[in-house]
Amino acid sequence: MCRLSAITSSSYFSPMENILALETMKEGHDGSGMGMVLKDLGGPFKDLKDYPILSGSCTDRGLDMLDDYMQAADFQVKYSWEPKIRPIPGIEPRDHYFARAYQYPEAYQERDQAEKEDLLLETRLKLRSMGERDQSLFVFSFYPDCLTLKEVGDPLQLADFFGLDNSCLEARIILAQGRQNTNYAICLYACHPFFIQGYSTMTNGENTAFVPIREYLTSRGLPGYTGYNSDSEAFTHILHFIHRQLRYPLVYYKDVITPLKDEEIPGRKDAEALGLLKKSLRPLCIDGPNVVVGFVPDGTVFMVHDSKKLRPGIVGGSEGKYALMSEMCGLDRAIPQRDRSADIFPMRYDMVMVTPNAQEVRVWNQLHG
Amino acid sequence: MESASRLDQNGEPTLQDFPYIIEWREDRCTRCGRCTAVCPQQAIEPAVFAQRIVLSESSTPVPTTVRRVMHGIRQVRDVERYCTGCGMCSLVCPNMAIAPHYNPRNKFLFYKNSGGSPYKRGGRRNDPSPSTLDRLKFTRISMLTDPALDAGRHEFYIRTLLGRILPPDRLPLKVGDDNRLVVGDGAFIPPVREIFPIRIGSMSIGALSPTMWEGLAMGVTYLNEVEGIPVVMCSGEGGLPPRLLRSRFIKYFIPQIASGYFGWDEIIHTLPDMVEDPCAIEIKYGQGAKPGDGGLLMAYKVLKLIAEIRGVPMYVDLASPPTHQTKYSIEEAVAKMIQSMSMAWGFRVPVYPKISGTKTARAVLNNLARNPYASALCIDGEDGGTGAAYNVSMDKMGHPIASNIRDCYLDLVRQGKQNELPLIAAGGIGKTGNLAANAAALIMLGASAVDIGRYILQAAGGCLGDEYNRCNLCNTGKCPRGITTQNPRLYRRLDPDKVAERVVEVFKSAEIELKKIFAPMGRSTQLPIGMSDGLSVSDRAIADRLQIDYAC
Repeated sequence: MCRLSAITSSSYFSPMENILALETMKEGHDGSGMGMVLKDLGGPFKDLKDYPILSGSCTDRGLDMLDDYMQAADFQVKYSWEPKIRPIPGIEPRDHYFARAYQYPEAYQERDQAEKEDLLLETRLKLRSMGERDQSLFVFSFYPDCLTLKEVGDPLQLADFFGLDNSCLEARIILAQGRQNTNYAICLYACHPFFIQGYSTMTNGENTAFVPIREYLTSRGLPGYTGYNSDSEAFTHILHFIHRQLRYPLVYYKDVITPLKDEEIPGRKDAEALGLLKKSLRPLCIDGPNVVVGFVPDGTVFMVHDSKKLRPGIVGGSEGKYALMSEMCGLDRAIPQRDRSADIFPMRYDMVMVTPNAQEVRVWNQLHG
Repeated sequence: MESASRLDQNGEPTLQDFPYIIEWREDRCTRCGRCTAVCPQQAIEPAVFAQRIVLSESSTPVPTTVRRVMHGIRQVRDVERYCTGCGMCSLVCPNMAIAPHYNPRNKFLFYKNSGGSPYKRGGRRNDPSPSTLDRLKFTRISMLTDPALDAGRHEFYIRTLLGRILPPDRLPLKVGDDNRLVVGDGAFIPPVREIFPIRIGSMSIGALSPTMWEGLAMGVTYLNEVEGIPVVMCSGEGGLPPRLLRSRFIKYFIPQIASGYFGWDEIIHTLPDMVEDPCAIEIKYGQGAKPGDGGLLMAYKVLKLIAEIRGVPMYVDLASPPTHQTKYSIEEAVAKMIQSMSMAWGFRVPVYPKISGTKTARAVLNNLARNPYASALCIDGEDGGTGAAYNVSMDKMGHPIASNIRDCYLDLVRQGKQNELPLIAAGGIGKTGNLAANAAALIMLGASAVDIGRYILQAAGGCLGDEYNRCNLCNTGKCPRGITTQNPRLYRRLDPDKVAERVVEVFKSAEIELKKIFAPMGRSTQLPIGMSDGLSVSDRAIADRLQIDYAC
């Protein structure tokens, strides 16, 4: 079972905090990969919030391909960041790891946000498909103020590898996951967290309803619902579908993935809508043992469990900084100075949400709505 | 020595040409006569045999020949009175002196067309080989990487939806002031029922005896009212008893309308007095056991009750034509009839068609997918049963259900409508007794629910039929169990209370078995419709055709 480490704060912090928390939860990850998504970036990206950042890794050939494509698409590089790689035994470095802020193409600069986001998605998918066959180019996210790092290896070693301890990289929200790959061949694209158009989630557990969910998502006609090297990528896309495409409030994510039983629905004020929603989005119900941690574009970070609460999770902190972890040891490492009595152990009906800028934590109970 | 002319039998069949041969033991038989009395075919009769015995009664061997007359049982060689292998003779025999045995080398079909009339029978396809459904295995066991669910401890949701389900972008939802979703006004929300995924398929009062039908109906009602398992049952063509129509229990039943429209005069007239809506309305266009063939309730089955329910005189043949005579095409028929039926109940009742399994099922499906009032599509595969059909229709016509339902489901997936129009699979579910496994396999191939008919007759009524053409006398009105007859002397053999009890037992155990299948696969909160990665088969061709894994 993979381990999850998410921190949200009102001030910038280093991704090392997530890594060290993951290190305390090491019995749950086995070096088969680490991924992190940083949102609301500080450091060199602090003043580049409106510029989409393309994150990925590539070979020299892949870099040429990337440059050619982006040039042809009229994306101009505004700023480029590459980690200073330190050789670590066991981690095979790729030629380049990059996070590049681009200026939108001339034709798109006056377009509305939705059109820009569609362009970014289309570009990411195109780049991905270009590099997928020979693995010369991996792209993980292309979106303003978000940066993704992924590599196969142990989180702490990877932090060393990427030089994160001396890096200027920092953010206000960071999701990180240490993988314990059990189901499939190790693949960089299978590494959590997953990202689409400002939405990101990471998960542990097994998505036993994966095939019907994938078939439902891929038949929505949205090009971004693709990939699925990990069955958990579906959880990110469900979030995107519910919140961005259908424009439902965030709490309905919980109602869709773990719907209430019919006899429980009348207790909610929105019972009528909920009854319709449950039937209409029945294929998106998750069934496996899962905890999902993620964020949405406004900076709300959440944790939610499967309907039987078969995975651990804890949320704690205080105003200005909260951590959402798989285990208490991770939380202790991330935020040792906190009121432990206020720690939250979300149960099966709970959706824990930390508001933007880590102002407060709310536990939304599905039974009472 | 017989004369030479007596050896010229003019093609008269030998016993070895018959499908079942009676084995009778003289040493055990008490000549009570029960077997000959019970035989529905009069395939056995008392006979007198001349016997030549060599005896010796002295202290030293002094053999003498004695000729004597012996009474016994003889199997008739009249092809119209063939032994069906039902085994009622062995059931009533107090001494285990008689039993029929299947004769695999029989030449029955060479003879069973006397008078130029092809062989007609009840039952289902005579093919005892393992069906595709029985070959499917559940191989995605989540226990390998994660804690499996506990079928005995965890909550399971073994329910499905019957009715047109609106896609989320067509739901009349909006975000209210308190950030909650509210339902807007004016939009048509099609009716949807939550039911158990195994239903009792369409078998009419008329085809079934009053005791059998009553037993099924009582069992279904008990399951709903007492056990909380929402099993529903289709009436078949021929209406429903008026008392049931007016009762609150009608919500557990699906009245069927077919090409003869039998029973609908009564239903329409009862409409104003109905206190509950029926579960749904099924429009029958085809039947898996006899595609392209109509129905016929023989005159001798049309007794008082049947005549009243169907609104016809007693003792007349009741023919349902193969097609709906008032419509030009199935597209038109489907559209108009769904509309009419929906309107009759104020659009509060799901209305869906049932067709026989066919390569053209997808054409019907795509038509329905565009019809906002179509609530489902029921496809009845070639292994479906019937009360009466030509043997050639039953054995050779139709389409297997597995690939038919899979094709239709994948077609819906391509259109993104897999959750909008439920598919109901029928035909051969539980053919060899694996009810829950067959049902689960079809669900994972894409069915929302399955129908059973023959299985419940066998399990709850003790139907004797099988795929070796055993019994299969449903069309003759001589059902020896009393299941498909209107003869009171026969149907009184069946106690409706015991039938109901068995119905309840069957569904309760099926629910447990479904949990036992779904739990290790990590599925509990929704029916795993279309979870094709859970299935494997050891036949490459089947795997490719169904787009599932090959495992060996």
